[in-house]
Amino acid sequence: MKFFQSIGAKTLAKLSTAGRAALMLFGALVAVPKFKNVSLTIRQVYVVGVQSLLIIIVSGLFIGMVMALQGYTILVDYGAEGSLGPMVALSLLRELGPVVTALLFAGRAGSALTAEIGLMKATEQLSSMEMMAVDPLRRVVAPRFWAGMISMPMLALIFSAVGILGGHMVGVDWLGVDAGSYWSIMQSTVEWDKDVLNGVIKSLVFALVVTWIAIFKGYDSIPTSEGISKATTETVVFSSLAVLGLDFVLTALMFGIE
Amino acid sequence: MSQQKHCQSGIPTFSENHSWTVVLIVMDNLVEVDNMTFRRVDRVIYEGISLKVPKGKITAVMGPSGIGKTTLLKLIGGQLLPEEGDIRFDGESIPDMSRSKLYHTRRRMSMLFQSGALFTDMSVYDNVAFPLKEHTKLSDDVISTIVSLKLQAVGLRGAAQLMPSELSGGMARRAALARAIALDPDLIMYDEPFAGQDPISMGVLVKLIRELNDALDLTSIVVTHDVTEVLTIADYIYILADKRVIGEGTADEIRNSDSELVQQFLKGEADGPVPFHYPAESLSSSLLGGAE
Amino acid sequence: MNKYKTELMVGVFVVLTIGAILLLALKVANQTMATEGDTYTLYAKFDNIGGLKERSAVKVGGVTVGRVTSISLDKEDYTPVVELSIYQQYADFPETSSVSILTSGLLGEQYVGFQPGFSFDGVANLEDGDYLQDTKSALVLEDLIGQFLFNRGSDE
Repeated sequence: MKFFQSIGAKTLAKLSTAGRAALMLFGALVAVPKFKNVSLTIRQVYVVGVQSLLIIIVSGLFIGMVMALQGYTILVDYGAEGSLGPMVALSLLRELGPVVTALLFAGRAGSALTAEIGLMKATEQLSSMEMMAVDPLRRVVAPRFWAGMISMPMLALIFSAVGILGGHMVGVDWLGVDAGSYWSIMQSTVEWDKDVLNGVIKSLVFALVVTWIAIFKGYDSIPTSEGISKATTETVVFSSLAVLGLDFVLTALMFGIE
Repeated sequence: MSQQKHCQSGIPTFSENHSWTVVLIVMDNLVEVDNMTFRRVDRVIYEGISLKVPKGKITAVMGPSGIGKTTLLKLIGGQLLPEEGDIRFDGESIPDMSRSKLYHTRRRMSMLFQSGALFTDMSVYDNVAFPLKEHTKLSDDVISTIVSLKLQAVGLRGAAQLMPSELSGGMARRAALARAIALDPDLIMYDEPFAGQDPISMGVLVKLIRELNDALDLTSIVVTHDVTEVLTIADYIYILADKRVIGEGTADEIRNSDSELVQQFLKGEADGPVPFHYPAESLSSSLLGGAE
Repeated sequence: MNKYKTELMVGVFVVLTIGAILLLALKVANQTMATEGDTYTLYAKFDNIGGLKERSAVKVGGVTVGRVTSISLDKEDYTPVVELSIYQQYADFPETSSVSILTSGLLGEQYVGFQPGFSFDGVANLEDGDYLQDTKSALVLEDLIGQFLFNRGSDE
């Protein structure tokens, strides 16, 4: 009896959390966009996007380099090192670009968003904003949400491009794969709409999920130091798991068996 | 029974006259809390309390810490909804308001939070300018002038470009006060304005609250447990304890109250009607019970 | 926070992204959108298509002239029908052309090899919706081995 009751209680609690998360996002997005909010969003693009740029570029470069190195040692056995280009490019565009960017974004920007909003709540800044008749959902949450949605695909594209250049560095300049075949086989294999655009779509979905979780965890956190630290951890854990799970679903839908 | 009461208090029972009386009360009081009950999860915070905040006066709400005085202010501001009863601001019911109406009404009230709640990513100047920029279409020059005047009123014009993290606790509270009066509200609610202040900043705040109230024709609600400061500035005082209003009156009436509870609160006695011990079984039975 | 610096850095961010998009568009991806503009459709029936897939290339002497758009089974004689979508710029193949299913390299993907036929008087050009008559099926390894063993057996 108690067992079923606890299952029921947990389900209801989860459902009400999901409901609150949906209401929060709805409340933030029904706002009529004002010019003022555009400049707020740009400022947040700086905070979540530009400040994540360094880690994205460095990671992209190294992942591209490692993939070229690993791929070369396998492909060279089949005399197929010419296929290094498409291997690096496809892995980056379809999978690693969107996924690793989303994971890094969750750790770098998502946790910061949660902590920032949680602290604003703990120090009554959100409450006082409400008392000043300014809706914190529109003033604080909405610009951060849009900034995440804008920044993530941009970061993922930069990540993939840098990774391909890193693969070129290792594959062509160091291991001696022919530069012509690196690019030309890549070009004949990679398709703009199938590979690049699908990667961008993945990235948009991840942006939605990661930013939403980050903002909601901050907004819904218990306003104590313990509550905020828990919310920050949960942001990183939940959004990483959500990204990996969704990646499988999206990959199956996009590139799965026909 | 109720008719008898009306007759005794001299109020005619004719309905037209009765409603006329209500209108008169509405005109006099900016905020009315009417038989309001509020509960948080399953703990009752307030049970059927009623308060009246007259226009242009400083009304103090006192009580031991932990009884939800801040909650009362949030209820008046419409951030929380009462379970029963009504809260009226200028005659209009706050819980019944639509969202947009509530936001409109909130422009006429402001609240000074205990922590000040300054926006930590903006300078003092931008904090004070914030409500002006959000709600008015004034030019930057005009806003700059208003901000200077408000900061001058709290004595912080020289600190305009500092960040909130560079301010002392008392200065932060004064800066927040400047922000609270930026839009010239009708009502200003102070949440524990004296808590954790040194005697000088305390004196400054007492003076500011009184002067702002008189100079700007404000109505003030001060929630606090600092007895002496409040008795010097409040026009009318409510004392809350145990979910109810246990005493009310002017400063003199409160001082001379014959209620044990009120006297305990005023004198700060450790034990009395408000017990020193959190409710528990008696120590001897607890210890002996353990020994057996 | 300096507003000018913020906007400057966001501007740099946007420029970097545009750079990434240009690199991906011009150097990494082939612009299928541009070449896929005008196509016409041909059909070919094979006995066996092996590992041919939708979107496999159609090549003439190594030059991609189109793609496989769909593969289905003819309901009457149960043979696979492959729909080829050929770029309009490569029109005017004669009717005598033949197609075969080939493999690129030992382990590579399978593609459709298109062999333009001879053009002489009385032979029309292929047009949209035409069936190619001369087709060679994919080589299936098991069949090859079986044939090889059979030949050895009959030699003895």
